Amino acid sequence: MRLELIRRPAPSTLMTVLSPLVAVALTVATGFVIFAAFGVDPLEALYFFFVEPLTATWSLEELVVKATPIVLIAIGLSVCFLSNTWNIGAEGQLIAGAIFGSIPPIFFPEWQGPLILPVMIAMGILGGMLYGAIPAVLKVRFGANEILTSLMLVYVAQLLVDYLARGPWRNPEGLNFPDSRPFEGWQLLPKLFGTEIHLSIAFVILAVVVVAFVMRSTITGFQVRVIGEAPRAGAFAGFSRNRMILLVFLISGGFAGLAGVSEVAGPIGQLRISVSPGYGFTAIIVAFLGRLNPIGILIAGFVLALTFLGGEGAQIMLGLPEQMTRVFQGMLLFYVLACDTFIHYRVRVRTKHAAAAEA
Amino acid sequence: MDQAASVATAAGDTVLLATDGLTKRFGSLTACDHISLDIRHGEVHALLGENGAGKSTLVKMLYGSLAPDDGHILWEGRPVTISSPAEARRLGIGMVFQHFSLFEALSVAENIALALPPRGRRELSDTIRAVSREYGLPLDPSAGVADLSVGERQRVEIVRCLLQEPRLIIMDEPTSVLTPQEADLLFVTLRRLSAEGVAILYITHRLSEVLELAHRATILRRGKVVETADPKAESAKSLAAMMVGSDVGGIEREGREPVEAKSRLVLRDLSLPADNPFATTLTDITLTVNAGEVLGVAGVAGNGQSEFFDAISGERPLARDDMMQIDGKAVGRAGVNARRRLGAAFVPEERIGHGAVPGFRLSENVVLTRHGTGEQIARFIIDRRAARDVESRVGERFDVRRSGPDPKASALSGGNLQKFIMGREIDRTPGILVVNQPTWGVDAGAARAIRQALVDLARNGSAVLIISQDLDEIFEIADRVAVLSEGKLSPAQPTETLTAEQVGLLMGGVHHAHDGLPHEEDARAS
Amino acid sequence: MGIIEGIMLTVITAATPLLIAALGELVAERSGVLNLGVEGMMAVGAVCGFAVALETGEPWLGVLAAIAGGVIMAALFGVVTLIFVANQVASGLALTLFGLGLSGMLGSAYVGRPGARIGSLELPVLSDIPILGSLVFGLDPITYFSIALAAGVWFFLFRSRGGLVLRAVGDSHASAHALGYNVIGVRFMAVLFGGACAGLAGGYLSLVYTPQWAQAMTAGRGWIALALVVFATWLPGRVVLGALLFGAVSILQLHAQAIGVGIPSQFLTMLPYLTTIVVLVIISRNRLLLRVNTPACLGQPFVPDR
Repeated sequence: MRLELIRRPAPSTLMTVLSPLVAVALTVATGFVIFAAFGVDPLEALYFFFVEPLTATWSLEELVVKATPIVLIAIGLSVCFLSNTWNIGAEGQLIAGAIFGSIPPIFFPEWQGPLILPVMIAMGILGGMLYGAIPAVLKVRFGANEILTSLMLVYVAQLLVDYLARGPWRNPEGLNFPDSRPFEGWQLLPKLFGTEIHLSIAFVILAVVVVAFVMRSTITGFQVRVIGEAPRAGAFAGFSRNRMILLVFLISGGFAGLAGVSEVAGPIGQLRISVSPGYGFTAIIVAFLGRLNPIGILIAGFVLALTFLGGEGAQIMLGLPEQMTRVFQGMLLFYVLACDTFIHYRVRVRTKHAAAAEA
Repeated sequence: MDQAASVATAAGDTVLLATDGLTKRFGSLTACDHISLDIRHGEVHALLGENGAGKSTLVKMLYGSLAPDDGHILWEGRPVTISSPAEARRLGIGMVFQHFSLFEALSVAENIALALPPRGRRELSDTIRAVSREYGLPLDPSAGVADLSVGERQRVEIVRCLLQEPRLIIMDEPTSVLTPQEADLLFVTLRRLSAEGVAILYITHRLSEVLELAHRATILRRGKVVETADPKAESAKSLAAMMVGSDVGGIEREGREPVEAKSRLVLRDLSLPADNPFATTLTDITLTVNAGEVLGVAGVAGNGQSEFFDAISGERPLARDDMMQIDGKAVGRAGVNARRRLGAAFVPEERIGHGAVPGFRLSENVVLTRHGTGEQIARFIIDRRAARDVESRVGERFDVRRSGPDPKASALSGGNLQKFIMGREIDRTPGILVVNQPTWGVDAGAARAIRQALVDLARNGSAVLIISQDLDEIFEIADRVAVLSEGKLSPAQPTETLTAEQVGLLMGGVHHAHDGLPHEEDARAS
Repeated sequence: MGIIEGIMLTVITAATPLLIAALGELVAERSGVLNLGVEGMMAVGAVCGFAVALETGEPWLGVLAAIAGGVIMAALFGVVTLIFVANQVASGLALTLFGLGLSGMLGSAYVGRPGARIGSLELPVLSDIPILGSLVFGLDPITYFSIALAAGVWFFLFRSRGGLVLRAVGDSHASAHALGYNVIGVRFMAVLFGGACAGLAGGYLSLVYTPQWAQAMTAGRGWIALALVVFATWLPGRVVLGALLFGAVSILQLHAQAIGVGIPSQFLTMLPYLTTIVVLVIISRNRLLLRVNTPACLGQPFVPDR
């Protein structure tokens, strides 16, 4: 028996929609097996993982809180991936955004008023952009592989924030905890309608709308798509690949930076040695699961946020290791990548018997 | 046994390989439709057909790299299943490919070793030297393939094939990469092999080669065998009629108006260094293309054609502005869109991925080259309606056959996509049109339409520059001809003063150009 | 043992996992497959090796388990990228995320437990020769194996027919297919070899280098190994040099931390990562050199038409 791939004359629209759904279903099915292997009741575990977080108001709010940074980053990464440029250092750019955004409240703790939050946000975006510009410049100027440099810079950023939170930026009144002083009043993103949801959800909606419009209807979005799909055709159209690399790194870095400052000015409320449980990597999965399309990413972001929440729940209720979340996420990306094959190919199973009959 | 085979045996020669009802389908397309033919020991058997007639598919089935859907292959009368190229080689079938068969990063000896059963390195090198010399195809086994010319690469292919001691050699369009002189040398080798009893299946679309070389010719059209003919009893015209099916007709080409020549595109000492180890450096190219004329640049592939195109289109801007002028304006350092705004238009060789984005709709492919020309189509926001208008106008005027309204570029056949790309540019009525390989891989009907459009554009006052490896095409539509060889361009001369022989010599490089032809430097000095 | 001698010894042991993982990735890349999942395969190798060695008390069974763990992970990657022709970059990232998660999950029961250790060979007399003795004869068996592996990979790639076929597949899969070679089969084997090496490298970390299990103990070494392959321009000999260079950087920063040079430890810990970036920049500047040795089909999907 042998599998044969046969290219479809045109990509299948049905499979484009179906593929992520099938991937989620396969992930759940595999989860069933894994839970059974860990000796817990699979149905109960799946319930805690995927259903329980949806049953209470507080956990629904928590879902939005978790989805916010993931979607923000993934929107930026989708632009990057569409241009066939591989920024996988969004985690580092998120941290850079958190560090830069923390500069105003840490250096001017007394500063209160309507101006400080916009300044913090602008600084956060700038931080993410600057940090994202490093691999872009190294790629454009020297041809250094952006995958490896952007990833190395994640480790560097993690160590840098560790140093800052333990060292010079540590709260002098903080009993030696490795945290900065807590941000207060105007330095924090307001919460909406008495919930735990912060104003940053508005950034998400804005990002979805703007990016969807730019990618669909403007010449800038056209450039990104042309260069991603056919770089030579891009040069023929007069688009500069180097400028594009710089642009998409600035865009994705900026979004990651925005996510970073939104975390420290939002749910966390201060700078810590760890400001993200790996949102920057999860966002890569979300970008692909959401078909590199803003609306799809919005939906996929909530699915992945659910795995974070469900993982915490399963850890507390069933004593499952917290790393289960990562396993689910990695598995999901694998499945979605494999399922995407069916968008461009039909699969024909050729048994020995059939082959003999044909000959 | 099928009819064709029985006829062959009646002729007194023994049949080496026969096919009976061989069929291959790709989706709804039947690339080979019940093909029956036979090849005798020691004959040169031509397989003649247009692009898309099914020649390559048939050959791939004979060489085991494609599995037939239906039909049989008989080897010396016995039915065989050729499931892989290795199987084909075991039987004694060798193949010289047109593309995709050498490894650039490996040496000549390594390339050859990959097609042979394992043996010692030194012994193999000695054998390569001996065999290549014996057949007049000298090769250095330790040379890297990346450093070889196109002609030398073909030698590697042929020697690799010979070392397998095949009884049938399949050659896929072998002369498409050779100068006429190199082709003559190849024919000598082929005749000698034939005399030694090796059968040769020779795939081509060039009628002259069939007449010159083949003992018999099988003509394919749309996947079916039209006829197996005796070339001695046929003329180029009758073969062409069988190949194309109907009389395609020539190009209407009135003589050029003898108005005073207004030069529209001027290149002066254009030089461009190679940007990678496999590329060609352009050196001191000087050329003027006038309003109203088609100028043809001939040359063998790999002599700097794509670099030349990139330099003129502005995809690789030049070092100095004065190296190139469009209607009197120096544009050497300008980018591709600045040149377009001055009225120039370009059509590259590669349709998919260069001239068009395969996954994009045709209207989006309109935006590709026309966003930067100052038209309505795109300032910052893309005007989809304007783009679709262009798409339907081009589609109608150039008879682009589409499956539905505004399909993706990948859904079009090669000929239709080329008509669309050409139409997209001609629709602007450009003052200068530069086209690299206008009809490469295009069927005869579309090729004729494209050539006619080029001539018409020129006669309406534009300057048209075509870069083509197809000498027939150049002689058909060019008013003047220049030859590109190793990155240098010979002076342009009126087509009627040149013979194919002379152009061939220039294609082979300056070191061959001695028989009374003007030497480059001399010509420029005078 | 003198301090210099001690440092040199630790440099070599720090270089060993990088060398092994990079050699495996080099073979995979020479066949045209870019597997960015080295970090994930290493992590799974590390946890498998540690767990099996601890449960059975047999460190060598642990080594085998580490290799098996890497191979299974690589097989997953092979199926997705070679049979389902998924994007290699994205699939490699998925493999790393999955592998880090899986290793954490499997290893959650082993955090902080002392493990079984493979010690260095103590050859009588020879190991007692000053300096040279411990450096040449006092290493652990896997380090010796890694040196042999480098030579073996070189011999395979450039002196054997199998290696010739593998390089041919990486240079032009279309040509190799036209000649009748099984492109997907060759690539699958190369990917599995890469997985075995990454698994072994991970096992080295948890069985020899620091015999214990900790979350994310690979600490980016898989990524550094990937960078090493580029640094080495796909030549095994240069991988040895590169691995020693990185081993030296990571050991020297450790010593600098121990001595206390007045630089915050975080900045010293950054050094290997920063070195990676600098080295990538330097090597990438010479595009000619890279272009000549880069497998032409690296990262390109292949679908045979039949």
